[in-house]
Amino acid sequence: MIWVDTILQGVLLGGLYALFAAGLSLVFGIMRLVNLAHGDLIVFGAYLILIVVSVLGLHPFLAAFIAAPVMFVFGWVLQKAVLNRTLGDDILPPLLVTFGLSIVIQNGLLEAFSADSQRISMGPLETASVSIGPISAGVLPLLTFGSAVLVIVALNRLFYRTAIGRAFRATSDDPTTASLMGIRPDRVFATATAIAMLVVTIAALYLGTRANFDPNVGPARLIYAFEAVIIGGLGSLWGTLAGGIIIGVAQTVGAAINPEWQILAGHVAFLVVLLVRPRGLFPRGN
Amino acid sequence: MVLLETHGLTARYGDFQALFGVDARLEAGETVAIIGANGAGKTTLMRSITGVLRNAAEQIRHKGVEIGHLPADTIMKRGIAMVPEGRKLFPSLSVEENLIIGGQNKRGRDLGDRIDSMIARLTGAPDPMELSAGHDGVGYWTLETIYDLFPILKERRHSPGTALSGGQQQMVAIGRALMSNPDVLLCDEISLGLAPVVIRDIYAALPKIRESGASVIVVEQDIGQAMAVADRVYCMMEGRVTLQGRPSDISRDDIHAAYFGEAA
Ligand SMILES: Nc1ncnc2c1ncn2[C@@H]1O[C@H](COP(=O)(O)OP(=O)(O)OP(=O)(O)O)[C@@H](O)[C@H]1O
Ligand SMILES: [Mg+2]
Repeated sequence: MIWVDTILQGVLLGGLYALFAAGLSLVFGIMRLVNLAHGDLIVFGAYLILIVVSVLGLHPFLAAFIAAPVMFVFGWVLQKAVLNRTLGDDILPPLLVTFGLSIVIQNGLLEAFSADSQRISMGPLETASVSIGPISAGVLPLLTFGSAVLVIVALNRLFYRTAIGRAFRATSDDPTTASLMGIRPDRVFATATAIAMLVVTIAALYLGTRANFDPNVGPARLIYAFEAVIIGGLGSLWGTLAGGIIIGVAQTVGAAINPEWQILAGHVAFLVVLLVRPRGLFPRGN
Repeated sequence: MVLLETHGLTARYGDFQALFGVDARLEAGETVAIIGANGAGKTTLMRSITGVLRNAAEQIRHKGVEIGHLPADTIMKRGIAMVPEGRKLFPSLSVEENLIIGGQNKRGRDLGDRIDSMIARLTGAPDPMELSAGHDGVGYWTLETIYDLFPILKERRHSPGTALSGGQQQMVAIGRALMSNPDVLLCDEISLGLAPVVIRDIYAALPKIRESGASVIVVEQDIGQAMAVADRVYCMMEGRVTLQGRPSDISRDDIHAAYFGEAA
């Protein structure tokens, strides 16, 4: 029974990783941009929520609702003013610029908030749990997982059922021909990053409430997100969830065997999946 | 009325100059054919008109407005639609989505356009909303009328665009361009690589397209086809117009000389 419990915790943890990864997956899927600052943007979002919580005294969920539009606009401007200029045939400029952005965000947060670790308090919700028979799960991890599933359902609907999703896919196929359809690729990219920032806000909420964070935890989150995206198959959002779950389960199982193996087990699972399925579990298109 | 004209149009790809002062015009209601050998610059001319290649403002005029400097999306919203060389369907979109996307941004009044318009006014750039204000994209063409024109597309509407035969893909590309109810339709080599019967089917749509109010430029390698459909013909060679006129006024020898150069 302890194993069932361990695996359940791993699955729920996978939901958190999928949240970390969904925005990354969306942006990569549309503009082939690997955003190395993605993890730092999540941490940035967590501080933003923290500020709203402490200044306005709001519940974190409400604070996230206020932070989300701020992040949305931030993402739009970031893409339009900075990242669009790096896109092109050469894949190096976006990597360099987002790497630089990662450093800027980390140091900016250090200046503003110091290296002390912080936490967004959820009050009694933090320890609340539900049990079914002998198995129990925390309410917060369940909410996290539920949010991940909702985010992926919503992004898939957006992608495959709306005019803007059509524009996303067309621009990703061929930006020049898309522009002949009256679509402005730089605007599509800005919108995509803005939407990714909404997902980042949700990820930030759960990052900040689940455990302590400080300005330097971003890159580690980025690694898990990357691994989830890659073993899920580039461009597939459900694949990203599956990838997150695989890493989450590997980590909790690894930790159950030996607490020192937690992180290692996640990376090993990543490598094993890549060995067996080099293009990931659910690669998009042919 | 002159709908579209180029005036001393030049175009280059980096150091390579592809067009050397092209003067051409399209009257309202006309069908104009552009012929010329491989590499003559026909596609480059189309790319310049549609804004894929940017030019000096005054080199291209549409309804009297200088458009040479405008980006492709603004030009499309003014009512100039393109069937690009090689069809260029979106592989991630179904046939029906490929059609819909041709018309979903035809008006240029959405939130993004308003934001761009605001930024343009602040920075003194051309205001895309003002520049596309004359065209509302409403007209004869809708999904239904496209399906009437090409009934096979209705049967295949849920297939990925790229799963269709070459001729059917060309129909999608034409329908996609028509969905914005353009007043100028540019077709770049719509018969390339297709069997004669298929070419006939595709050109059979032309009368209906003209009837809907669009003036048409067709780029053609097939001289016979071009002479049959066009009110006027331009022949290009090495980035210049070497011959123009009504098909009835042009002799085979004229064309031969203009197409291959005097030496031929
Ligand atoms: N992207 C490009 N970069 C550099 N040179 C180009 C590019 N596209 C076209 N050219 C050159 O410009 C010239 C005109 O090409 P263009 O494609 O306009 O000819 P075309 O008349 O459409 O020929 P075709 O009948 O083969 O389609 C050619 O010499 C071609 O090699
Ligand atoms: Mg060509």
